[in-house]
Amino acid sequence: MGIKIFKNFFKRIFSSMFKAKGEIKLGFYGPPNAGKTSLANRICKDFTGEEIGSVSKVPHETRTVQFKEKVEIEYKGKKMVFKMIDTPGIATRIDYEDFLKYKVKKKAAKERAKEATQGVIESIKWLDDMDMVVVVLDATENPYNQVNITIIGNLVAKKIPVLIVANKIDLRKADLKKIESAFPEYDTIGISAKYGKNLEEFYESIFKLSKKV
Amino acid sequence: MSKKKRGEKLGKLKGFSIQFLPYSEIKDQDSNERIKKILGIILGNNILILQGRLRAEEEARLIGDTMAMIGHLKNFKGIELAVISGDEKLNFFKKIGKGIAKALLGGDLGAVTIIGPATIVKDIKKNPKKIELLLSR
Repeated sequence: MGIKIFKNFFKRIFSSMFKAKGEIKLGFYGPPNAGKTSLANRICKDFTGEEIGSVSKVPHETRTVQFKEKVEIEYKGKKMVFKMIDTPGIATRIDYEDFLKYKVKKKAAKERAKEATQGVIESIKWLDDMDMVVVVLDATENPYNQVNITIIGNLVAKKIPVLIVANKIDLRKADLKKIESAFPEYDTIGISAKYGKNLEEFYESIFKLSKKV
Repeated sequence: MSKKKRGEKLGKLKGFSIQFLPYSEIKDQDSNERIKKILGIILGNNILILQGRLRAEEEARLIGDTMAMIGHLKNFKGIELAVISGDEKLNFFKKIGKGIAKALLGGDLGAVTIIGPATIVKDIKKNPKKIELLLSR
């Protein structure tokens, strides 16, 4: 018991020293195809020149947790270093037949489904390890999806600061107000990761949120 | 019921049933027992209507556990899940923010949780005012 308390004490000390250096673990969470990797790619490309992962119209393109360390984001003269953690989309159902609609062959679709289920499990496990999280939602979809609520509920319970990003605002069907009204307690930023729209406001919110870490 | 028998039943709309579970049935159970009970109901080709709601981490665990079953249990494709809160003015996140223990610890008896196997429940369309359960066939 005594050893455990001692260990936890040192863990806290080291973790605060680590944070003091400025490296913050920034997670990207959300349902599949919301644009988590597109947004993470946009940030990584802007500040490191390299992308974090591939994107696709076929859901569950990201099936393992992807990292990019020491990403130094500069905004209005301020600098912060992040460890970017892009996670597989969380879903409650995965059916390989859904991938066939995207002309994925049956064998590849089955493999994709298998990897996607593992990806969801991995994403959930990683929730504990984040310093702050950007929940990326598709602004053209219904925000009241239970997956969104479960992700945010878990982050709140673990006291992890949350920023909600409504992606795809370049599309006509996008409804930013609907996302804002679904989560009125949180800052919601409408962006287009694809076209880099409104990223200044996003960076400002990230810096603001990092003060809560 | 063996896993094989469960698997054979899944996906057949004929014969599915709706089960209501009062919160008192899971109130004193730990997370393991709650998840086990819920899985037992939905894997038996039933749609579960649960009084109250699970803890946030239990919802996540239920998703993780059911994901691990896909590919191992015949015809199982996951679940559909929705929670409707009885008190819209004071939602789940606000309750946590205000430190209301029941929201963090689960319960919230003003809420109703609907969980069904994805083979039966095609979609649960939800907005703050209504909920629609769309069945597969």
